[in-house]
Amino acid sequence: MGSYILKRLVSAIPVLLGITVIVFAIMALIPGDPATAILGSYATPENVEKLNRDLGLDKPAVQRYFIWLFNMVQGDFGRSFSLNRPVLDEVLDRFGATLVLAGTSFVLCSLIGVAAGVVSAARQYGFADKAITFVVLLGISIPSFFLGMMMILIFAVQLRWFPASGMWPIYGDRNLLVLLDHLLMPALALAVVATGVVARLSRSAMLEVLRQDYIRTARAKGVPERGVIWRHALRAAMVSIIPVLGIQAGFVLSGAVYIEMVFQWPGVGRMLVDAILKRDILLVQGGVVFVAACYVLFNIVVDVAQSLLDPRIKT
Amino acid sequence: MGVLNWTRRGVLAAGTALALSMGMQAEAQTPPGVLIVGQIAEPKALDPAAVTAVNDFRILMNVYDGLVRYKSGTLEVEPALATDWEISEDGTEYTFTLREGVSFHDGAPFNAEAVVFNFERMLNEDHPYHDTGPFPLAFFFSAVETVEAVDDLTVKFTLNAPYAPFLSNLAYPTGLIVSPAAVEQYGADFGRNPSGTGPFTFAEWRSNEAVVVEANPEYWDGAPGLQAVVFRPITDANTRTAEMLAGGIDMMVEVPPVALSEFQGDTFQIFEQAGPHVWFLILNAKEGPFADKRVRQAANYAINKSALVDDVLEGTAEVAAGPTPPAFAWAYNEALEPYPYDPDKAKELIAEAGAEGAELTFYVTEGGSGMLDPIAMGTAIQADLNAVGFDTRIETYEWNTFLGQVNPGLEGKADMAEMAWMTNDPDTLPFLALRTDAWPDKGGFNSGYYSNPEVDTLLEEARVATDQDKRAELYKEMQSIVQEDAPWVFVANWKQNAVTSDRVEGFELQPSFFLLLDDVVKN
Repeated sequence: MGSYILKRLVSAIPVLLGITVIVFAIMALIPGDPATAILGSYATPENVEKLNRDLGLDKPAVQRYFIWLFNMVQGDFGRSFSLNRPVLDEVLDRFGATLVLAGTSFVLCSLIGVAAGVVSAARQYGFADKAITFVVLLGISIPSFFLGMMMILIFAVQLRWFPASGMWPIYGDRNLLVLLDHLLMPALALAVVATGVVARLSRSAMLEVLRQDYIRTARAKGVPERGVIWRHALRAAMVSIIPVLGIQAGFVLSGAVYIEMVFQWPGVGRMLVDAILKRDILLVQGGVVFVAACYVLFNIVVDVAQSLLDPRIKT
Repeated sequence: MGVLNWTRRGVLAAGTALALSMGMQAEAQTPPGVLIVGQIAEPKALDPAAVTAVNDFRILMNVYDGLVRYKSGTLEVEPALATDWEISEDGTEYTFTLREGVSFHDGAPFNAEAVVFNFERMLNEDHPYHDTGPFPLAFFFSAVETVEAVDDLTVKFTLNAPYAPFLSNLAYPTGLIVSPAAVEQYGADFGRNPSGTGPFTFAEWRSNEAVVVEANPEYWDGAPGLQAVVFRPITDANTRTAEMLAGGIDMMVEVPPVALSEFQGDTFQIFEQAGPHVWFLILNAKEGPFADKRVRQAANYAINKSALVDDVLEGTAEVAAGPTPPAFAWAYNEALEPYPYDPDKAKELIAEAGAEGAELTFYVTEGGSGMLDPIAMGTAIQADLNAVGFDTRIETYEWNTFLGQVNPGLEGKADMAEMAWMTNDPDTLPFLALRTDAWPDKGGFNSGYYSNPEVDTLLEEARVATDQDKRAELYKEMQSIVQEDAPWVFVANWKQNAVTSDRVEGFELQPSFFLLLDDVVKN
């Protein structure tokens, strides 16, 4: 197992290097520069040139890339122009908020999605199956940002049940309950599509397993139906469900960008959008590399989990 | 127990959780004495010398004071940290007497040395803290040759030439006085650890969440009526509106025109005020069809500005008559009438100039400081221009890219571009954007290459005239010449707006676009 994990970790290095090259190239190619963004409407070409020189942006791109990479390997992601803070501090601050949002959504979509899929499969073509299939299709078809805006309109503006935006009350106590209050709408909006996908695929995986001989054997041996479905069949189906969950984890992480914009959640997605508009090159590059590294790491965790469930995968 | 029973239990549990969190929400309301302001963006920094955006100024004006400030409701200068001042006969020496017994929020005393530190930091490249910049608006004080502390409470500015806008530039955020001790302590991080002398002291900045300032009970002009102000960046205008309607914020600025009607009624108050803002089209007077004055005038006749301000902007702006907004009352030429909407006259002028069917490249931006609704306005303008026989092609750019295209000049690229300016003095915009010496290659913002020696002379004279009546006369003459020459299409003067909840009292909008909150009370 140890060597398998090590092999997966080593294979992640070229992926991460590739990401640094791509994000650096994109930021170097998009028009507009940080000096214009910093100076605002009063940016004369002369001042823009001077400021870009002060920021070290007059050096050749290749040289800038290697300086950036060299510093980053040592843990120095540079300093954000627009926020006037070390990039890593800002990214770590924001990433916590994103993890809370994406993590909650992921838990919601895994629990609800798998449960709905199992129920659907157990009652194939029954009323529960049809009802769940209908709701799931509806969920998959609604864009999450639209759903988010509708939720704000109904539950925040009209009914005033939940705050419309933000992660914490803006002035006052911060505790788990008020966090949940702010979290519920964005986490649900973010989870809906992923839940639908997980439910559909869990249903297929379960149906596949339920047709197997050993399930029939289990039933014949007198294992109660609940045990057959939740203990025997689900455990076997999990081998195909876990990779789906892994993909959905990536999906909620990237989907968090829209939801963070709609609900003004102070996460890394919103930070990146603002940073792109302000041409905050180092913040965008650092943020993307950090998120990509987490993504890659998460994929390794999923692979390892899968290999634990199904020892054939390791080889 | 069957699967369905299990499901029922799950639904019940979820329902209970939902009900619990709803019950809790009923208690959560914004607390009295704490004003929560919905801002349009995260501030760049809280260092007044380093920022240029009105969004940032709205916070800064409550944390810092300048030597002088704008009298409430006007753009006239009155004493603030300086109690009075003397101007030398030739207009080049300004001697300020400073207010006694004022301290910065960090405890350091406010005195002449502190004033010297502030201006040296910005203007002198050898100053040990000059690298805490950049200072994009330092050119507001480029006329300053030396700043000296005559004694502890007297400071003298010597200018290289008489410069009439000097006092009003001192009242602008770029002239606000920061604590030297705090700059020395935090260096480049000063912008996130601000310290001034204003009515509110900085408490906390949570990125992307809020900037919190608290009342300064020691404020020299009387303690503020609020306990604290929280500035929340809510970049999405729809979310900002929803948050205001949901009661999560007490005040919002820059309400989108289409959302204003949502706030009619007793629970909200709407504030509107015309400010020193001009929205215009820069016309390329160097080459192409707009090199001919008649074609430029034709563009001014062809565009239906009333439709733009009434329909596109839903009445949140007024039609502009010339390059100077009416908010500069003393310098505004009342006699000017906006170009009327007259497509026939436009066609006539175009025919006279032989410019029928001319192809125009029109730079439009997606958004940006003071740009209102630039895409919708751009397409309406395109339709009006095409209706009189032009063939207008729009090129749209994101704001920073747009500035990078427009500021270096339109030559070889475009015939016209959208632009908007908000300024503090009638001098600033024409001086930086209409003089021959302000062409982009000379470091100015005259991106359309307008040149009229008469206008140049008037602007140079107005700048050194210390008598305000004389200045007013010069500006008024400049406006009528510029209107006739039509280097721009003069489109709109924006009326800034804000909405507050009915719990907020004592709030007024300022023509400067600043947000002054020291007299505001919230129940």
